[in-house]
Amino acid sequence: MTTPVIELHTVARSFGGIKAVRDVSLKLEEGEVVGLIGPNGAGKTTLVNCITGVHTPTSGRVMFEGRDVTNQKPFQAARSGLCRTFQIVQPFPEMTVLQNVASGALFGQKISSLHKAYDAAHEYLDFVGIGEYAEMPASALTLANRKRLELAKSLAMKPRVLMLDEVNAGLNSAEINGALGLIKKISDRGVSIIIIEHLMKVIMTLSQRIVVLHHGELIAQGDPRSVVDDPKVVEAYLGEKFAKRLTEENHG
Amino acid sequence: MSRFAAILFVVWIIVLATTPLHAENYVVRGAIMIAMFSTLALSWNIIGGFAGYPSLATAAFVGLGSYVGAVSQVHGVPMVIAWLLATAVVGVVAAGIGGLLLRLKGHYFAIGSIVLVELFRLIASSWSSVTGGGNGLNVPLLRWEPDEVAQMFLLVMLGLMVLAFFMNVAIKNHRLGFGLNCIRQNEDAADMVGVDTTKYKVIGFTFSAFLCGTVGAVYASWVGYIDPTESFQIVLTLKVAVMALMGGAGTLLGPVIGASAFVILEEVVWVNFLSWNRAILGVLIVVLIFFLPNGILNLRIFSFLRAKHKGDARREKP
Amino acid sequence: MDVAQLLMNGLALGALYACLAVGFSLVWGVLNVINMLHGSFVVLGGYLAFFLWSYFGIHPLFALPIVGLVLFGLGYGLQYTLTNKVIHAPVLTTLTLTFGLDMILYNLMTVFFSATPRRIRLDMGSFEVMGVFMPADRVVGMVLAVTLTGMLYYVMRSSRIGRAIVAVRMDRIAAQLMGIRVNNIYAITFGIGAMMAGLAGVILVIVFPTTTSVAGVYLGKAFVVCVVGGLGSVPGALVGGLVLGVVESFASHFFGPQNAPIIGYVLLLFLLLVKPTGLVGVKGYE
Repeated sequence: MTTPVIELHTVARSFGGIKAVRDVSLKLEEGEVVGLIGPNGAGKTTLVNCITGVHTPTSGRVMFEGRDVTNQKPFQAARSGLCRTFQIVQPFPEMTVLQNVASGALFGQKISSLHKAYDAAHEYLDFVGIGEYAEMPASALTLANRKRLELAKSLAMKPRVLMLDEVNAGLNSAEINGALGLIKKISDRGVSIIIIEHLMKVIMTLSQRIVVLHHGELIAQGDPRSVVDDPKVVEAYLGEKFAKRLTEENHG
Repeated sequence: MSRFAAILFVVWIIVLATTPLHAENYVVRGAIMIAMFSTLALSWNIIGGFAGYPSLATAAFVGLGSYVGAVSQVHGVPMVIAWLLATAVVGVVAAGIGGLLLRLKGHYFAIGSIVLVELFRLIASSWSSVTGGGNGLNVPLLRWEPDEVAQMFLLVMLGLMVLAFFMNVAIKNHRLGFGLNCIRQNEDAADMVGVDTTKYKVIGFTFSAFLCGTVGAVYASWVGYIDPTESFQIVLTLKVAVMALMGGAGTLLGPVIGASAFVILEEVVWVNFLSWNRAILGVLIVVLIFFLPNGILNLRIFSFLRAKHKGDARREKP
Repeated sequence: MDVAQLLMNGLALGALYACLAVGFSLVWGVLNVINMLHGSFVVLGGYLAFFLWSYFGIHPLFALPIVGLVLFGLGYGLQYTLTNKVIHAPVLTTLTLTFGLDMILYNLMTVFFSATPRRIRLDMGSFEVMGVFMPADRVVGMVLAVTLTGMLYYVMRSSRIGRAIVAVRMDRIAAQLMGIRVNNIYAITFGIGAMMAGLAGVILVIVFPTTTSVAGVYLGKAFVVCVVGGLGSVPGALVGGLVLGVVESFASHFFGPQNAPIIGYVLLLFLLLVKPTGLVGVKGYE
């Protein structure tokens, strides 16, 4: 039995009096695609922040490839292969698209020469499909292409685990389909993925397993179909009354 | 930078280096000052231009270098060794202090760096047993012909300028420069992409400081006398930053252009308007801020001097 | 010197520092501008009071409103025309601009007022209370400083302008959406900053000899007070000033007067690293 790529042991994170994440334990196996869902404010992004070193958990442990990385700093996480994208895309505004991706190759992958980094960057740009925009300033891209840029940058870091935080926010359906295909391609390359998403179509298509957070707690976990029917999950999203009604209708 | 710019630079160096052969003493002196300030501006460029951290600590390191150099020479250390010693000490101090100071950002960092200058000045004033306190320190002078002395110092300062220039070139084309640039544009994103921001900032800061120490020590040997008020002037740091900004911070030749223009302007103003020189400097700064916010080198007219650099999107609008 | 005396000296000095720094703190906290002109404003206020006294026989107390008005106007004008243009620019730009302006003001003052130290000597003798000696002019200075600072606090809390300034400090965009003319508020705040500096200068010229070169010293004190007490708040400036005054008083006694400023700066650096928000106030923008 192989070691899970990521293991969280009762990870908790509080901000002052607010418990954003409460004792969450979960595992991510190599090559899996896990969907992380939950209502707004459930603590999904905070959890990802705890895994990537942006926040240090108030208690609990984060294990990556069997090593305890609870106290790591963000750049250490990035270099060891724990990469993530952001809801609000943050490119380096004055650099070109190529340079942005090259930064991932230079620092995440630790290529030492600028020249080699640029060459590698071209590959990743082509992979995500924006190779033609290499010399454009990053700030001039459309939103959909900026999301692709984020992906290319993360891929340039040669991630073992990629955490996607609402990559599809703001995209139209054609763009979403494109993104879906791209994420599948990335998964096929062997990258383990955690994807935070609100769009059920995306989650259901991509995930082998779904984890549900509510008020910082992990309330359900399992294969997509059963999680979606789980009354606790319905209650979290739609409220107690509706959940009761649904259960009655289903069993009535 | 483009070929043309490189040629211009070499020509400029030759012009400065040959001033003793055909010009008056005060011109030679001016050339030394230009070389000196170019070195300081180029050094500042690394932390202020590349990394975007508005350091105002230059004066602290120049002054420290002056004092280490002067005190060593007073105690019999040969001149060049004293210079090397000053460089080493300033480098170590900068690395140490940098670790603390660079945790601060923006305004707080600027203030921290200004306070450093003041603190060093006060310590130099107080510690009279070592530094001579407010009375200053006399440095043993070379027993050469004055012309030869000037020539020697000119060549040394020019050498430092060239060194500082190559340091800038090397860093810009290396991962360090790229990383500092990332830090400048978005420090959080840089962190996320795998840049060890603290390490890079401290390295950048140290690089920007150690030649300041050398300049300080050389200056002390040249002038022969230093005192706390002269050696640790906040105005000095600001001038250096203004020079780099004026020429174009973050570019390679910008600091040289800015320093040269500034020193020449200052000489002209000082000679003709002595009691108003501070005000005129002030007006110059104000004008600069409003009309040349990105510096001379970044004006359209001078685009032929800039590199047609792959992926340099800062000024080209699509 | 016993502890009570040192403490009293420290508090008296501290009150002056608080009044001196409160304008600087406000400008930094609300506009995010480090006003390098502040020290020169203080000196200007002092000079104006001195000349009103020597040429027109106007007592400093009556000079206060005049100086206040003149400096408010100067500050408002400067902000509205010049600094406003760079208010959202990077740190170095605003710092350099105010520094450049300061050089102009400094030069003007040196040329017109000459470098002779000026001081208004009101010979009022000294008090003694429970074994503690205080020269009367210091006591008057301290009372004035606290009163003026208190008045500013009251105005900030209860007037519409004061509320608007606090709103802009907290959230500029929200304030704009509420209908507050932010540029006007910026100019008013800068004007208040200049005014408080000038008023502090009037008090200081009674207690200490004033000359253009002390502008830098006063600016340095203002920095320390802001970092110690926190930005943009009047109580913060008061706390910061008093702490600095007391620290300097004791440091001066134990380490010598020339080393007292060193302790002050070390305190500043220490606090910058450990608790930049200061003991009371709100963290400034970075």
